[in-house]
Amino acid sequence: MKRVYLDHIAATPLDPGVAEAMRPFLDGRFGNPQSLHTDGQEALEAIEDARGRVAALVGAAESEIIFTASGSEANNFAVKGLAVARRDKGCHLVLSAIEHQSVLHSAKSLEKSGFSSTLVPVDKDGLVDPAEVGKAIRKDTILVSVMLANSEVGTVEPVAEISRICLAAGVLLHTDAVAAVGSIPVNVAELGVDALSLAADQFYGPKGSAALFVKKGVRILPFIEGGIQEGGRRAGTENVMGIVGLGQAAHIARLKLGERAAAMTGLRDKLIDELPRRVDHVVLTGHREKRLPHHASFCVEFIEGESMLLNLDMKGIAVSSGSACTSRALKASHVLLAMGLDHALAQGSLVFSLVEGTTAADIDYVLEVFPPIIDRLRRMSPLYTKFLEEKRT
Amino acid sequence: MIYSDKVMDHFQNPRNVGVLKDADGMGQVGNPVCGDMMTFYIKVKDDRLADIKFQTFGCGAAIAVSSMVSEMAMGKTLDEAMKITNATVAESLGGLPKNKLHCSNLGADALHAAIEDYQKKTAAARGEAVEGTVAKSECYCPYCEGQLEGAEEFCEHCQIEFEDCPHCGNLAKKGSEKCPSCGAELSQP
Repeated sequence: MKRVYLDHIAATPLDPGVAEAMRPFLDGRFGNPQSLHTDGQEALEAIEDARGRVAALVGAAESEIIFTASGSEANNFAVKGLAVARRDKGCHLVLSAIEHQSVLHSAKSLEKSGFSSTLVPVDKDGLVDPAEVGKAIRKDTILVSVMLANSEVGTVEPVAEISRICLAAGVLLHTDAVAAVGSIPVNVAELGVDALSLAADQFYGPKGSAALFVKKGVRILPFIEGGIQEGGRRAGTENVMGIVGLGQAAHIARLKLGERAAAMTGLRDKLIDELPRRVDHVVLTGHREKRLPHHASFCVEFIEGESMLLNLDMKGIAVSSGSACTSRALKASHVLLAMGLDHALAQGSLVFSLVEGTTAADIDYVLEVFPPIIDRLRRMSPLYTKFLEEKRT
Repeated sequence: MIYSDKVMDHFQNPRNVGVLKDADGMGQVGNPVCGDMMTFYIKVKDDRLADIKFQTFGCGAAIAVSSMVSEMAMGKTLDEAMKITNATVAESLGGLPKNKLHCSNLGADALHAAIEDYQKKTAAARGEAVEGTVAKSECYCPYCEGQLEGAEEFCEHCQIEFEDCPHCGNLAKKGSEKCPSCGAELSQP
């Protein structure tokens, strides 16, 4: 069966150019970058070249890029490392309510050692109000962390505005830009951030390869100790092949980002406009304009997300859902709840996220197979029956 | 695939979906907060389940479980149907992923609730009273993710009391400063 892959937020396909750049490191180029001999120095050159390419993608200096093994690691590193290094100045953090769990749980874990945090709410579109961040900042606040884009609802946050508030208050700002880097233009100087997380698997690079930007002069506690790699801040033998893949993906993204986004925006808009037209009681989640170019997310009333996801999968379409049933913890998405959606609606969450190569025919196919699936599942739903009964009376 | 072939079969082709307009008994368990909700309708003839229909809001497992319960109970006496357990339903489906086992509890509960509803109605017609034992919804603690037994206001695993967050409706620890689900500030009593 034809597969239509619309789950960018889970993983993007590996760009052939990236695979090609990585291949020599499977086939013979195995040197350890810390070795002084030629084999080692070649590997070192490869990762330093990649560092330059990652830095160029986000407008940073090479020395400001630290490689990590995942976006979650970069987030843990930033939140814990920046907070603990600033402990003498205060012990309060400000986060948005829709941060990734790797940010929220890092803050939670810091609470055990005396830190506290304030969650800033979002509006119905998932937007953080910079003024609310300002209000949450206290005398003892040392770090603010607000994501650049949310992967569940696609909303792009006003991080540049938030950074002006942080700068005025003398508070560091970290942004989890994992969902954004490679998909929209990101420049650390324009954003005014002190730290930024990014991950290769969100822009056609390999899994297990990510990076944290830390602005020159900003102190951060080492995340893994016991080695001189990454300036002693993240010890451990480098994932050379993964880093090379990240570098190549960053290089390609810098050249093709605009072209990729332009190709996807029209298709995304078609989904956003057409899906609610073809099926009633479907609402867009996230901001209509301020959103990722590949991202169309909805809540479908009266049905639970996993049952939709599995039915779409049987038709060859791969998507994500933030329903309780699709999460292992069986909890509804904290993002959708923070946006004020009620539980029943949040259970009907569905995320279509386009990848490079998604065609108009793919979107037409989704629009064709989606309505009958919804119709069938609604006829099975006690909530829909109840809704119809209430409508009648 | 996360589910067995049997589960996928019942999920794709659920048996006995629908509503019985003139049902003798109706049972509803679960709620959208937990993610699953099931409604069972039964017709009883000569103490046997002559017809069963169900509707389910929920994941693949929840739909498959409802379908399997309806199939297992069809034609059975009420006593036999009351003996259908979570374990037998899950077993008949060729097993369920560990984190989906609670769905199988819900299926048998919904059927049993419908039977009890019928028994209450017939007893009431005879002027008797019947004690109900099932038909409670199941929820999970937002802190430890353990299943909440009995009352939903208390988690036995972490020994904390809950209150509803006025912002999102999720459970939050009583007296806590902020809601674990939406982050809203909770006012202190």
